[in-house]
Amino acid sequence: MSAFIDKNTRLVVQGITGRDGSFHAKQMMEYGTDLVAGVTPGKGGQKFEGKVPVFDSVHEAVIETAANTSVIYVRAAFAADAICEAADAGVDVIVCITEGVPVIDMAKALPFVREKGCRLIGPNCPGIIAPRDTVKVGILPATIVGPGAVGVVSRSGTLTYEVVFQLTSNGYGQSTCIGIGGDPLIGTNFIDTLEAFESDEDTKAVVLIGEIGGTDEQEAADYIKAKMSKPVVAFIAGQTAPEGKRMGHAGAIVSGAAGTAQEKIEAFEKAKVPVARIPSEITKLLGEAAPGLKV
Amino acid sequence: MKIHEYQAKELFRADGVPVPPGEVARTADEVYNIARRYGKPVVVKSQVLVGGRGKAGGVKLAKDADEARKHAETILGMDIKGLTVDKVLITQAVKIDTEIYLGVIMDRASQRPVIMASAAGGVEIEEVARENPDAIQRLTVDPLHGLLPFQSRVLASKLHDDFKVIRQIATIIEKLYRTFVRVDASLAEINPLVVTPEGKVLAIDAKINIDDNALYRQPEIESLRDLSAEDPGEVAAREMGLSFVRLKGNVGNIVNGAGLAMATMDLIKTYGGEPANFLDIGGSSNPEKVITAIDIILGDPSVKSIFINIFGGITRCDDVARGLVTAFEKLDIKLPIVVRLTGTNEAEAKEILAKMDLPTADTMDGGVKKAIELAS
Repeated sequence: MSAFIDKNTRLVVQGITGRDGSFHAKQMMEYGTDLVAGVTPGKGGQKFEGKVPVFDSVHEAVIETAANTSVIYVRAAFAADAICEAADAGVDVIVCITEGVPVIDMAKALPFVREKGCRLIGPNCPGIIAPRDTVKVGILPATIVGPGAVGVVSRSGTLTYEVVFQLTSNGYGQSTCIGIGGDPLIGTNFIDTLEAFESDEDTKAVVLIGEIGGTDEQEAADYIKAKMSKPVVAFIAGQTAPEGKRMGHAGAIVSGAAGTAQEKIEAFEKAKVPVARIPSEITKLLGEAAPGLKV
Repeated sequence: MKIHEYQAKELFRADGVPVPPGEVARTADEVYNIARRYGKPVVVKSQVLVGGRGKAGGVKLAKDADEARKHAETILGMDIKGLTVDKVLITQAVKIDTEIYLGVIMDRASQRPVIMASAAGGVEIEEVARENPDAIQRLTVDPLHGLLPFQSRVLASKLHDDFKVIRQIATIIEKLYRTFVRVDASLAEINPLVVTPEGKVLAIDAKINIDDNALYRQPEIESLRDLSAEDPGEVAAREMGLSFVRLKGNVGNIVNGAGLAMATMDLIKTYGGEPANFLDIGGSSNPEKVITAIDIILGDPSVKSIFINIFGGITRCDDVARGLVTAFEKLDIKLPIVVRLTGTNEAEAKEILAKMDLPTADTMDGGVKKAIELAS
């Protein structure tokens, strides 16, 4: 078992004939993901790598192949539309890798996705990898992961790779690694992911990697304190980031806080969640919080 | 992206928000001529991309053209939070009865636009928000339906007692939201919106921030960008698709991905160094980006060493290595550069760099320590 994706994942790649889409479609297949379809409008009827059928729309792909999960590599200008198309076609999980999606487009797409009862991860995220099932949806490099019992959730991309690499090198395999994306408006937040890890029987402990901006980490800290039985270790990037990224008066009014690393670290410490000061401290804290996980 | 007050006022004016007449000037003589033409008291306002201009002495009321010239002489060339004032906005002064705050932002928590309004507008609005949050009205807008007329009317009725004034405010709220959506703003703010003793409602200050992700479809807004108001290194970085922020330390760093870049800065500080910058070369692996990145960092004389920290995913380590080789050929590099490359095509990268005899590291901790040592 793992969170959001597993052996039953039947994947459709939106933008499969593009540069990034085709490269990563191949990588996902090689890792073991059941890639059942691709979509590129106008390229319907082609075969990707000589075997995966390409369709003009996600609707066709779902009808013909029973795809239940979609991953999106289309350009930013068309990404929100691609998300809505997948939701309307009836897939259960959508992972949007595309970065640079205008925020108002996401504000319109998110209620549409929820109305259809879909789980959206991203945009601007590296996706999900489940090493126990050897399934990946997204761009996380398969070479750095190993099967195990740690759930990893992060707002970042390459920092996730760094942390996962250190976990694997130190004998901590992972159940699922999820990058939820760094944009202001995203489909799945820390709490959604923590819920999934809490109910996933193969996840025994969680590493949460946050960063400055917003209050998602503070809310996650409250959730962990109230609802989580599994140990969580956190790291927050941006302790030395200068101020000035905040949005004038209105931003300060809405959040009631500036979203600094310090506030987030304090929130976790109040919730009794150990916070690593540097990435290489994470495995040490994990060893203390969840003894016996190391393989 | 930030734009100036006078530019924000033009955008609001185009949607019908009432704004008092005003013009931009770069010299004290121009200020004098504009003020004389108006023949009325004016306000001379510094145009810099930072808040707190009034408190810094960058906004002054003048009763006539002579006084306007005097104020302009003080304000032009003034330094406000590290930015030099090179232009001022001269607007006709307005008599103020009450000050209202109006703002729209994209709210992360509700994932919708939120309109905020307060009858306690003016420079102390942040304090009001902190100490008396109930004095701020909040209206969440469904982005699919847009702002409905009754919503603006109900919100406006909480900001004033006179129905004639309320009607004007309601119309302004609708127009404010229209501008917010039209220009892909992440923030659109009028503070204060003033009510004159005669019952007229006018926007006397304006602020708009634009969602950078939407600039591709806002060419008119992109053309408002004031390059002279930005750090030249940050401008060069943006043109190359890098994101760069200059800091005060002496350890330069080049990283792929914002999260890893921030963590690298943090680590430099943890091990006793001071980061000279934040620099994210992004997800692609164009060797040109590496050359530009090094060039920008070399432009800062306080930098004593550079740490390159790349975790290859989409970014391929061999591309970064090739960029590095070219950078050494093209640029006059005298600083020590510590390299840590891991992930996609790491072996190829190491082969390319083998003959260059650069200090390398296998971990980011090791690389940071070495770079700090070489900087001191």
